Amino acid sequence: MIVRLFNALGGAFLSFLQYLGEVVLLAADTFRSIFTHKFRWKLFLNQIVEIGLLSQVVVVITGGFTGAVFSAQTFFQFNKLGMGSATGAVVSVAICRELGPVLTALMVAGRVGAAMSAEIGTMKVTEQIDALRALAVYPTDYLVVPRALAMMISMPLLVAECIAVGIAAGYFIAIFLLEINGTYYMANMVRWTRNRDIIMGLSKAFCFGILIVFISCHKGLTAREGAVGVGRATTEAVVNSSLAVLICNFFLTMLLNIIYPAGYQ
Amino acid sequence: MIAVRGLVKRIGQQDILRGIDLDVARGETLAIIGRSGGGKSVLLKHLVGLMKPNVGEIWIEGQNIIPLNERQLAMIRPKLGVLFQGAALFDSMTVEENIAFPLREAGERDPKVLREKVHEMLEVMELQGEEEKMPVNLSGGMKKRVGLARAIVRRPSCILYDEPTSGLDPVVSDSINRLIRRLQQRFGVTSIVVTHDMKNAFDVANHIAYLHEGLIYFNGTPGDLQQTSDPILQDFLLGRSEEQR
Repeated sequence: MIVRLFNALGGAFLSFLQYLGEVVLLAADTFRSIFTHKFRWKLFLNQIVEIGLLSQVVVVITGGFTGAVFSAQTFFQFNKLGMGSATGAVVSVAICRELGPVLTALMVAGRVGAAMSAEIGTMKVTEQIDALRALAVYPTDYLVVPRALAMMISMPLLVAECIAVGIAAGYFIAIFLLEINGTYYMANMVRWTRNRDIIMGLSKAFCFGILIVFISCHKGLTAREGAVGVGRATTEAVVNSSLAVLICNFFLTMLLNIIYPAGYQ
Repeated sequence: MIAVRGLVKRIGQQDILRGIDLDVARGETLAIIGRSGGGKSVLLKHLVGLMKPNVGEIWIEGQNIIPLNERQLAMIRPKLGVLFQGAALFDSMTVEENIAFPLREAGERDPKVLREKVHEMLEVMELQGEEEKMPVNLSGGMKKRVGLARAIVRRPSCILYDEPTSGLDPVVSDSINRLIRRLQQRFGVTSIVVTHDMKNAFDVANHIAYLHEGLIYFNGTPGDLQQTSDPILQDFLLGRSEEQR
């Protein structure tokens, strides 16, 4: 019984290590391809539209309502202590450092990661990827490189947009609904929000983009067993990307806080 | 042109290929026949390097492709054209884009040249006027013909057909057989046709290999196969199951 338990745990651990290894190898292969092989501009621009442009509405709504509700909740608590005007600083720093990158990454994982995995997975199970290979086209060059580069460029821009909309929404709620003094709100926000907070958010965005694109493409490329397999790959791509974002966010926060320490200094 | 030596493929616990030896001469049309699930498509995928064997060698024009990695195989693959069982057309592209795809990937950018070559292929395949259609709007036979056009547009020296007539009615199957013969005559290519459709095999092949339990059980001309008294081959030719014997 105990031996079987250890066998199962060991097997699961080895499978997990193998999975991590495959994703890392795909990433290494992709970065090698970016620098050494033909670049397909048309596919890259298509992906910029797919990932960057078509995610705008989702990101604006996410950023806007998160900024608004966070501003309101912070005010409700801080106002009891007579610190209502500090709301702007808290909202701004929190959105720059944590909420903006994490929530945008989760939305992009759901919208874009799922689409990538489903599209590549469908190509896999309908032999379209075999057809690519038979036509002397390396699938990583054709399918992964344009998506990876588009994601690396789009994610920081989407997060910047989410941060800007979140802060603006928080400001409008604070000033027009909660009647905080606008001058104090703005002064505190500008005083406590530093370039390093924005850099931290954008650095996280870049890392999350890499996680999402490689996890999703890997799931698509390894999809099996027809429609059921594609469905499973898509679900796993979203779940794994979201978990990876949340877990890596903790480590990135601890690491980046050493480089860009929080607070007024 | 193509030589297979001692090819063994095991998937999980199952031995799919158990030591295949096969030679295909330049300009020859070889039909590989055998029962469904017998490893014919697996053998075909090995010939293009889409699968790696456990043991064995595959020589294409004097080069063993087994030790080559995916990027090195890209140098060999333009010599081979593959028609997949389900045609495997790129479903986000039109018929014209599908056929032009190998040329674009080979670096051809001139729209006039691309259009000319695509139209030539459409004419060969009797698909004029269908260039703007998406694969989802094509019938099974049309998909196969577009897949074939895409496979041969770069003039490979060998064409591999995976079940070219499966899922097609007898009339469309006959048109595909005629097309295969026409390609042989017009371009003088070497062809390997994997099929379990005997009419297809006898119509197009000048050599037939019967794959049985992971081995080449018979290798000879269509005439030899028709005259055989071997019970296993007779069962296959007559479509006789074990209960009918």
